[in-house]
Amino acid sequence: MATHIAEAVPGDAAATEHLTLEDRIYLLRAMLLMRGLEERAMTLYRQGKVPGSFYDGHGQEAVSAGAAFAMGPADRLCVLHRDLAAHLVRGVTPARILAQYMGRATGITGGRDGNVHFGDRRLGCVGMVSMLPDMMLVATGMAMAFKLRREQRCAITWFGDGSTSRGDFHEAMNWAGVQKLPVVFVLENNQYAYSTPLDKQFAVDPVERAAAYGFLGVTVDGNDVEAMFEACRAARERALSGDGPTLIEAVTMRMHGHAAHDDMKYVPKEKVEEWRKRDPIDRQSSRLAALGVDVDGLRGSVRAEIDAATEEALAAPMPDPGSALDGVFCTDEAEPLGDGAAPWSGFRSDGGSDGGDA
Amino acid sequence: MPTLTYLQAISAALRDELRADERVIVMGEDIGVFGGAFKVTDGFVDEFGGERVMDTPLAESAIIGTAIGAAVVGMRPVCEMQFADFISCGFDQLVNVAGKMHYRQGLAVPLVVRLPSGGGFSGGPFHSQNPESWFMHAPGIKVVAPSTAEDAKGLLHAAIHDPNPVCYMEHKHLYRRVKGEVREGVFETPFEARVARPGSDMVVIAYGAMVGVALEATSDLDGASVEVLDLRSLVPLDEEAILDSVARCSKVVIVDEANQCCAAGAHVAALIAEKGFEHLDGPVVRVATPDVPIPFSPPLEQAVLPNVERVREACLELLEY
Repeated sequence: MATHIAEAVPGDAAATEHLTLEDRIYLLRAMLLMRGLEERAMTLYRQGKVPGSFYDGHGQEAVSAGAAFAMGPADRLCVLHRDLAAHLVRGVTPARILAQYMGRATGITGGRDGNVHFGDRRLGCVGMVSMLPDMMLVATGMAMAFKLRREQRCAITWFGDGSTSRGDFHEAMNWAGVQKLPVVFVLENNQYAYSTPLDKQFAVDPVERAAAYGFLGVTVDGNDVEAMFEACRAARERALSGDGPTLIEAVTMRMHGHAAHDDMKYVPKEKVEEWRKRDPIDRQSSRLAALGVDVDGLRGSVRAEIDAATEEALAAPMPDPGSALDGVFCTDEAEPLGDGAAPWSGFRSDGGSDGGDA
Repeated sequence: MPTLTYLQAISAALRDELRADERVIVMGEDIGVFGGAFKVTDGFVDEFGGERVMDTPLAESAIIGTAIGAAVVGMRPVCEMQFADFISCGFDQLVNVAGKMHYRQGLAVPLVVRLPSGGGFSGGPFHSQNPESWFMHAPGIKVVAPSTAEDAKGLLHAAIHDPNPVCYMEHKHLYRRVKGEVREGVFETPFEARVARPGSDMVVIAYGAMVGVALEATSDLDGASVEVLDLRSLVPLDEEAILDSVARCSKVVIVDEANQCCAAGAHVAALIAEKGFEHLDGPVVRVATPDVPIPFSPPLEQAVLPNVERVREACLELLEY
């Protein structure tokens, strides 16, 4: 099977064919909310209210917003740490996210894990572990179960350029190819794995490897939220039609350091400036402003939502130290992942899925 | 009740579960058409098909990782490591993804990993290990190790029904050597210790293949009444049963086939030192494999593995204390 290395996703026309104006505004709002929440969390970090370090996805908002928006309620997601918008699309509220960053009892993990190491199991999401890209295999296993049960749904997972060097990348790609599984692999190529640039990571663009595993690989402008949506929508359609996995390389740029402590001096300033001109939020804002959308009004409403969420999260209690040993083992019946929100208009007619986990 | 070998009991448990619960799948290298390296799943593919008796790529991390994914969307995967040694390649998925999942996110991972373990047949350094204590040290993973055919079946049923990741240590040396009457149908053996033989002068604490060694070594110790406690489960560890035996017997020998440093028996010894000290009448004695890779050549292998003679000597010495 040939790999489509070139720009395989057509421009705005193909994307907008599946997106209403309301959808396009939703995508902008999700990105604004992600950026605003992460900026707020950085402020809270500097105030000493976020323990540990803080990791964000500034400049990469389109990757998770566009991809998650293409997923149905019964699809399952394994989300990476620079993909906050995926959680927002699935229905996690901003106050719980800020509480999560601050290690509060009301955060998604109740203080048991930090940062974006979370997934709301009731919304069909599994949180990442720091060993990357372990979740590629978990997503592959979900897809294996869906295929076995003849269900019309898929799994999606995100991972970075550094992840392509580890064995689990190969094991997941190979397994998914051999069994022709309904899984979407989103390679978030943000140019650096911590400080390591691409030319020290791989000799061949990893999207080319998809063909070697027997499935399609496509490269997408990861700073175009509508292009991301379209690539993932098409990949999901292939998955549900029994055509197997897709590797989507989303080309983007990590605009901040690896984490709050990293001043990113290993990145040439000109490179950052060049990428700043391709900001995904500016891009979607311009598109919508040209159509007469009140983008400033949207920004205002997002800011108000974040302010309210901040207030709520700051008022939330810290976890009880007496509970530190609780929950190592499950003592009830195992409850599988639940369904998440799927706001894309395309799901309204057909529901987009056939229900939750068995 | 039919008489089954330890291996047949494992097969019977898997077959019963596959018949009873469509969520159960078994997956591993060469387990389908070939029936598994030890023939545990012989003939399964004919009855249940290749999707539920899955021949996987040779990729242990992927076997564990995909099983986790299947488990969190409602399946009950049972993975076979062809040899327990190979779990080192799936260690990260088991320890970091499966083991920590429920604590971090409240998401249960009902997963069983079958680990054909142990030495005694010239398997060499990579086909003879007893890696159970690696997982005792990793929170969120249960570890069980049957010594009889009955428990091989009942513990496997219980492991498959458990909502947590369970390492099921099946000892290769017992596969065809141990036989016994086994109940038919689905039943659960609790993750608790079992008194294999009651006694009052001394207790030998063991699990897996070492239970049989302990029973044989202590069957006639100059008339001493020797209890043998079969732990059956290492996580959770039946502290009550251990301390009860110690209180009644006062002298303790702990046998591990695993390398001695930080082995299950080391943890049991620490427990007794902390909570059973006042009942002791002598030092806690351990018999375990020294900290060397398991050698290939029979005289070398026999020189390191605990055996009947070594356990017997340790017991006689302690009885004289």
